[in-house]
Amino acid sequence: MFKTLIVILMTSVLVNNYVLSKFLGICPFLGVSKKLNQAVGMGLAVIFVMLLATLVTYPIQHFLLDKFNLGYLQTIVFILVIAALVQLVEIILKRYLPGLHRSLGVYLPLITTNCAVLGVTINNVNDGYNFIESMVSSLGCGLGFLLAMVLFAGVRSRIENSHIPNSFKGLPSTLIAAAIVSCAFFGFAGIVEHLFS
Amino acid sequence: MPIVIAIILVTLTGLLCAIMLVVVSHFMSVPVNHKEEEIRKCLPGVNCGACGYTGCDGYAKALANDPNIKTNLCVPGADKVAKEVASVLGVEAQDVIEQVAFIHCFGDCDKRTQKDEYEGIKTCAAAKNIYGGEASCSYGCIGYGDCAHACPVGAICIENGIAHVDQRKCIGCGMCSEVCPNHLITMFADVEVMAVTCNNQEKGAVARKKCSNACIKCKKCENNCPTKAIKVKDNLPQIDYDLCIDCGTCATVCPVGCIIKASFKGKHNLDENESTN
Repeated sequence: MFKTLIVILMTSVLVNNYVLSKFLGICPFLGVSKKLNQAVGMGLAVIFVMLLATLVTYPIQHFLLDKFNLGYLQTIVFILVIAALVQLVEIILKRYLPGLHRSLGVYLPLITTNCAVLGVTINNVNDGYNFIESMVSSLGCGLGFLLAMVLFAGVRSRIENSHIPNSFKGLPSTLIAAAIVSCAFFGFAGIVEHLFS
Repeated sequence: MPIVIAIILVTLTGLLCAIMLVVVSHFMSVPVNHKEEEIRKCLPGVNCGACGYTGCDGYAKALANDPNIKTNLCVPGADKVAKEVASVLGVEAQDVIEQVAFIHCFGDCDKRTQKDEYEGIKTCAAAKNIYGGEASCSYGCIGYGDCAHACPVGAICIENGIAHVDQRKCIGCGMCSEVCPNHLITMFADVEVMAVTCNNQEKGAVARKKCSNACIKCKKCENNCPTKAIKVKDNLPQIDYDLCIDCGTCATVCPVGCIIKASFKGKHNLDENESTN
């Protein structure tokens, strides 16, 4: 049991990294990775939202959609619920934890309908995880996102300080760098399955 | 039949979410101080920090919550913004002391000598770490334009190896003075006129070899000043602007011409003059 959870966690952080291996959530990955502190803030917000989304969508899938045989409504219902939920959390944060809201608040609306968040919840269902496994997988995906953001923020700060041909300045060089970082992550493929055997 | 269930289910989910959000936003909403928003709209929004707060939002919040805070702290906004802020708060407007950035180095490529070729990262901060850049004088302008990048209004340009401030554009926010690794940029109030254009703190003969604009520490300015406003301290003339009467004697006696009589009228002063003419 414990071993399975560890394997799920490591898999979702390294092997199936949502940004660098599955190419989900590229928009915040390229948009908010300019500065390290912003990247960390965004990463933490994503972890939080992913956990919250899984917490809510798991019962919806199993006690509502499966019961009425409405699996094809998964995407639309999940988006609806996640968006409403994040809005709710934002309002509550603003009221009771204004400090946290100031540092996290900018990113929360950005991730309401982020494809990485939706991808985690749907993949959890497709992989047939039970509730605890789903939560661990979401945590892993969030951590993987944070890892990718932090790594890439470091890479980008180096790019800013280097000579780049004019035609590659800005987004082109960023995309190339992202491709190289993602190539590095393919080195993890196949490692986790043999970690504990 | 299944389609009816599907429609009902999605509608119900949406409705539930909507009701929940409405109820929560009604009971948990945070009262917004409208004065804060109005003040924020008056402020220019460059977030320069010249007022001493964390940005325009911080200054607006402080103004809205504390009546003792002065309304004339926004240097980029100048008198116009101070008046608007004062009218929102219902207090009397105070005059803003407009400022202009001035770069204390006139040693361009024609005047200074070069000690090596620098091929590293093209920023002043990076060049400063490697023997202080290309110029043999390590106190002067490095000329890679860190200040120009920091300027929110594009008032600084690099010409012939040193930075120049276009006073017609300068709003006096002081962001350039924070990034200069040699601390060459100071903010001058519009009432001041005399300025030292050299920052070299070495001995006169050494400095002279490195740059024809360098201060040679002859102390002529100090000895000829009628009000004793200039003291040569740390190998550089320091002007006490409280004593200075803007006579320009120091500028005429300086053998290298590194003290100048200039006008520190920035964008705001020039705009005001234009509107009165």
